[in-house]
Amino acid sequence: MTYVYMVSAALFILSLKWMNSPATARRGVFAGEIGMLLAVVGTLIGGHIVEWQWIIAAFVLGSAIGIPIAYLMPMTAVPQRTAMSHACGALAAALVGTAEFYQKQGTGELTPVFMIPLVLETLLGYLTFTGSLMAMGKLQEVLPQRPITYRNQNAVNFVLFAIALALGIRLIMVPGDTLLFPIFAVLALLFGVLLIIPIGGADMPTVIALLNSYAGLSACAMGFALGNRLLIIAGALDGSSGLILSIIMCRAMNRSFTNVLFGAFGQIQTKQGAQEQRAYRSAGPEEAAAILEAASTVIIVPGYGLAVAQAQHKIRELFDTLTRRGIDVKFAIHPVAGRMPGHMNVLLAEADIPYDRLFEMDEINGEFPQCDVALVIGANDVTNPAARTDKTSPIYGMPILEVDKAHTVMVIKRSMSPGFAGIDNDLYYMEKTLMLFGDAKAFVSEIVKELPAKVNA
Amino acid sequence: MSDLEIALYVFMLATFVGLEVIRKVSPLLHTPLMSLTNAISAISVVGAILITGREGATNLSRILGFIAITAAVTNIVSGFLITDRMLKMFKRRSGKQQ
Repeated sequence: MTYVYMVSAALFILSLKWMNSPATARRGVFAGEIGMLLAVVGTLIGGHIVEWQWIIAAFVLGSAIGIPIAYLMPMTAVPQRTAMSHACGALAAALVGTAEFYQKQGTGELTPVFMIPLVLETLLGYLTFTGSLMAMGKLQEVLPQRPITYRNQNAVNFVLFAIALALGIRLIMVPGDTLLFPIFAVLALLFGVLLIIPIGGADMPTVIALLNSYAGLSACAMGFALGNRLLIIAGALDGSSGLILSIIMCRAMNRSFTNVLFGAFGQIQTKQGAQEQRAYRSAGPEEAAAILEAASTVIIVPGYGLAVAQAQHKIRELFDTLTRRGIDVKFAIHPVAGRMPGHMNVLLAEADIPYDRLFEMDEINGEFPQCDVALVIGANDVTNPAARTDKTSPIYGMPILEVDKAHTVMVIKRSMSPGFAGIDNDLYYMEKTLMLFGDAKAFVSEIVKELPAKVNA
Repeated sequence: MSDLEIALYVFMLATFVGLEVIRKVSPLLHTPLMSLTNAISAISVVGAILITGREGATNLSRILGFIAITAAVTNIVSGFLITDRMLKMFKRRSGKQQ
């Protein structure tokens, strides 16, 4: 039994190790599956199980839900699905903790060594459950993406969390207090909701990564409570993965955890008063096509707008058309583009754009000055030069894609409205910038239509 | 060494291994990585199976365990399948484009 778990833990580590390159990644998934299969089968035949019907029914039901999700879900819904699975994972951990707490009442097994991880498990589990549901609601746009704020929000949250924590400590000391447990659980659930609603859509990459980490730590705490080392290892792997991703995301926005969690970033800034109408240039698809055709290097900068418009397949057509003309087309991907880490890469890969054409910010920033055309599609704040120059800007210091250094900049955008951070983008008013107004998908397909016509002429 | 000490050592070492291994994952694959770790953390199914099926499980344990297994299995199944579906899409430039 112990040995089965050991093999399974090793497979999980290998699985993550193989994820470091697309060439071996699928082998990684396979290793993970085998590891999981071993762990589940090992547990089932390990001799502790006497009743099967509930377990089998739950497996059937879980598979019946999971398989359709896996095959039917469009790739643009990946962030929501991820948030949903954080919620499921956290719920499972929290419920196991709850069941253990009641099951072991009166057995004398509820020692502090058992109760400390159990309280952590349920606290993290319940708050991650509702927090992830809120994140999912925001990503699905059932809930408003803008932060929901009220007065003394942070103080209220803090007090609530402090009460939950105090109840948790009380439960550790007096585990027989079964009435306290539901209150504790409800507070944790409530705290999860309140923690996430003030966080805006553009901060979702960080939040999802952080919730990932919490869900892992919750499973890890379960491992401590049940004395199961496989759970500890798998939970710790998940926890550290979420942690690293959230650190990367925070760094990419030049912000701290506290700022993301308590900053309510992205409220419309009203204090700037009336802004003068600034002049910008706009163009239609024909002109855009002509400029692209004359270019020899093009860098495309995708953002969340691309995902919203589902424009990835049209962009693939544009990519093909331009590449066929011998134009060098690259994609520049900001770490926080989209709504979760790596979101843009998956969308572009879905459209069959080869991954060796996708470049990270640090790799490609040096190439913008030599680039003829930078085509920005649905990205805003990550291209705003104010992050480099304007010390008063809320995004000052955030690493950006240096699009403004390209010879010509074209921006496909619905309107001149400011981006998520509520800040005007100086990029749009530069002399070399052309604004292309319209839906990303429709506009790109019009550009593509213009291009072949020119070849025949 | 007590069980708790061993558990803490295991936790510490696993965290370091996790940090080192994950750090090497290319940002290209961050989304599949997250859905893979999600599936892996559904290992909590082991705990859920134990509380549901063991001798003397109360009805409450059975019900909560049932929901927990369902949630975890949903994660396992959809997590692994989606990760694979995403990874299948990542292709190098094929010869036909030249």
